[in-house]
Amino acid sequence: MTLSKFQIDSRYIAPLLISTILLIGNFKYGILEHPEKTATSILVSILVEILMGFLFLRKMPHLASAYVSGISCGILVRSPEWWPYAVVAALSIVSKYVIRVNGRHLWNPSNLGIVLLLLFAHESVSTLSFQWGNHVYAGLVIWALGLFIVSRLKRLHICLTYIGFFLFYSYVRTFFTGDSFLTEAAPITGPMYQLFILFMITDPKTTTQSKKAQTIVAFSVATMECILRLVGGRWGIHAPYYALTLMGPSANLIEIALQKYRPTGGISPTPVAA
Amino acid sequence: MSEKDFRKTRGPWAIATVIFVGLIGFAAYRNREHAHNGGAASGLQLPSPAVADALSRYGFTLTEGAKAAGLDFSHTPPKLDPKLDPILPRVADMGAGVAVSDFDRDGKPDVYVTDSAEGSKNKLFHNLGNGKFEDVGEKLGVADVNQKGTGTSMGALFGDYDNDGFEDLLVYKWGRPELLHNDAGKKFTRVTETANLPKWMNANTSVLLDFDNDGKLDILLCGYFAEGLDLWNLKDTSIMPDSLSFAHNGTDRHLLKGDGTGKFTDVTKEVGIDTKAWTLAAGVADLNGDGFPEIILANDYGKAELWLNNGGKRFTNVADGTVIGAKAKAGMNISFGDIYNDGRLAIYRTNITESEGNLIQNNDLWLPDKPGSLTYTDEAASLGVADGGWSFGAQFADLNNDGFQDLYLTNGYISADPKDFYWFDYGKVAMGNAVLVQDASLWPPLRGRSMAGYEAKRLWLNDGAGRFTEVAQAVGASDRFDGRAVAVADLDGDGALDILVANQKGPLLLYKNKVSPDSRWLSVSLEGVKSNRSAIGASVTAFFDGQKQTQVVTGGIGFCAQNQRPLHFGLGKTSTLEKLEIRWPSGTIQTVEGAKLTLGKINEVKES
Repeated sequence: MTLSKFQIDSRYIAPLLISTILLIGNFKYGILEHPEKTATSILVSILVEILMGFLFLRKMPHLASAYVSGISCGILVRSPEWWPYAVVAALSIVSKYVIRVNGRHLWNPSNLGIVLLLLFAHESVSTLSFQWGNHVYAGLVIWALGLFIVSRLKRLHICLTYIGFFLFYSYVRTFFTGDSFLTEAAPITGPMYQLFILFMITDPKTTTQSKKAQTIVAFSVATMECILRLVGGRWGIHAPYYALTLMGPSANLIEIALQKYRPTGGISPTPVAA
Repeated sequence: MSEKDFRKTRGPWAIATVIFVGLIGFAAYRNREHAHNGGAASGLQLPSPAVADALSRYGFTLTEGAKAAGLDFSHTPPKLDPKLDPILPRVADMGAGVAVSDFDRDGKPDVYVTDSAEGSKNKLFHNLGNGKFEDVGEKLGVADVNQKGTGTSMGALFGDYDNDGFEDLLVYKWGRPELLHNDAGKKFTRVTETANLPKWMNANTSVLLDFDNDGKLDILLCGYFAEGLDLWNLKDTSIMPDSLSFAHNGTDRHLLKGDGTGKFTDVTKEVGIDTKAWTLAAGVADLNGDGFPEIILANDYGKAELWLNNGGKRFTNVADGTVIGAKAKAGMNISFGDIYNDGRLAIYRTNITESEGNLIQNNDLWLPDKPGSLTYTDEAASLGVADGGWSFGAQFADLNNDGFQDLYLTNGYISADPKDFYWFDYGKVAMGNAVLVQDASLWPPLRGRSMAGYEAKRLWLNDGAGRFTEVAQAVGASDRFDGRAVAVADLDGDGALDILVANQKGPLLLYKNKVSPDSRWLSVSLEGVKSNRSAIGASVTAFFDGQKQTQVVTGGIGFCAQNQRPLHFGLGKTSTLEKLEIRWPSGTIQTVEGAKLTLGKINEVKES
């Protein structure tokens, strides 16, 4: 019996971590408010993934990414109604099949689903803000655990780039807003950003492929977010979601174009559901 | 799936695309259904008249007439420590309270309003009975309670703590609470020094109750900012909640047991009320029917608490594990209503729903599964009373005398520049960790911006069959001030409950109610004998038309408010009232047959 037999499929690591955080947080603080709504997102996400898998590929897709999308939607979306939890999950999964270039889907599914709801249903939907509480030690544990796992997935550079530039831009914004550095940097100490940094911008399916490009994209997302934060209002409140929606696909399209016209040619298409 | 494979899947792609677009369309459509009432206003405004057919359509109209009636009052907030200046409107965001009581027993309800600037005067408006009021606050010694160095008022309550027949006055403050004895309606004498109240607490709610049914009124005072904190002289700026959802740095409550002479003993720990929170509202009623009153607390930055009264000796928080303790919200109001006329007391907690969808908490309407049950479900969304905006005070009252209790709610947080909003900056620090959140110096300055300002008020008409219809604008409740406290009272004795609204940094409003004359009503004024004389804690059930509506005599209910003491029952078109069943705090159950009651007037009932 080799050690490798005990290794967990890397696709399950993120779902396991996020599920653990969720369960502990909910039992201790009731952070989900409506666990059944989060469950709805997960269930719809999985069912739509199965439906799309059979529709497009005539086979059962791997469900790990659908689970992560569902759980992300179910946590990050906040609404007193039920339908947004189902709609955001379905939108996220269907988007992977509808919006494709050269066989790749461009957007992080849950990011796009959430942004579409924010654009078209902003009076019915909000996103996670301070509803998980503002606990210092719980936050530190999640950061430590999350960053460790992200490093195992070889995506630590994305997180660190984003964090570094967020902090840098926090300093830059102080000259525009007149607020202190700690005020500008405060959001990144909260749970919403933990989820965004650890699980959304590191999504293997929707990030560019080279380490250098990934670093540039993380920088560009942080830059766009800073711009949106300076614009303020609705764009500022949901700045990270909009920034990723704008910059992630742009980077993917550039990468696709570069690879297409490179003399050696060709790209390695990303499967819909690995 | 490669590009080549993808070409082969045009059919599925078309299906998926239709689903995708359909989902977006569905979301947009549902969002329109969820659109908020009233829309934004360009600035503060006094109400406009009701629509022409409001009286025939809804059975009543409201006309604002505070100034014309002599209720000339505008609230001013405190200044506080200069270190808080950049966010002063965010910190000094409460203090407009209103309490109704017939302090001189002339049969006409009078009105007391609280001010919050240092050196400002609270006002006691004496009801002259001709539709006019006269401020007698200074003359009677209840005005000058906001002197520099003593803190400033947040609210007030009337209750007869010594059972002499005249309602005494408690003023709770960010600072030193004050107790004033009512000397036969002629003047008030300050008795704070001998009452053994807390020396200094930043209280935002209080209720009078008789928790052990000994016939003597007790006081529950609940803190907001940390006890002992002098907001005018801060040592540092770490004064804010350490979490906007699960704050751990809340402060104490004080349950003060009265001995009937004006002396109180703090029994908070003895009875087991050991939690700390940022409490904004308290409601007291016998919810499980055992004769002893329960206490329900709405906490800002946290979950609500339901304290079960164990025979007047101990309290146990039974909210955890139930819908009441399930969600941490910005709780600001508690009020009780028998919305189905079946004897079940529903509890209404108000919270925040921000009109642009940045924070959607929704209000809660907790309905017990049967009278006396502590098993609740939240019916706010299904009944249509969930979205009240940035909600503050709310009261149940049968405003059109149709026999069902309606719901009036005021709202609005900070109305300043109508085109510039603070919400984004609020979110910066609100999302941060506890160390950052609680430091007021890190909160971005308001700079004259609004936050959930100019909100449309809500008045939901209850059809008694599970549907509430919002009619505020149509019947004339169309102001856009930053509302805080709501109290209801029939100020002109015409059989219609008028609405008083105390606005933060704004005028006191009086919505005079005109009801269609074909609806009947009666009021019941109770006087305890074995029970406390104010009859606080008594419940009255009116039986009419095969229905039974229960109301409770409270010692303060809603956000910083107190309604008139007599209970008002609208009876619709019925010509006969079968009976009243009164459950006194003493345990006595008294039945008054309908034949002994007169519709269309206040019926006085003494405990026997």
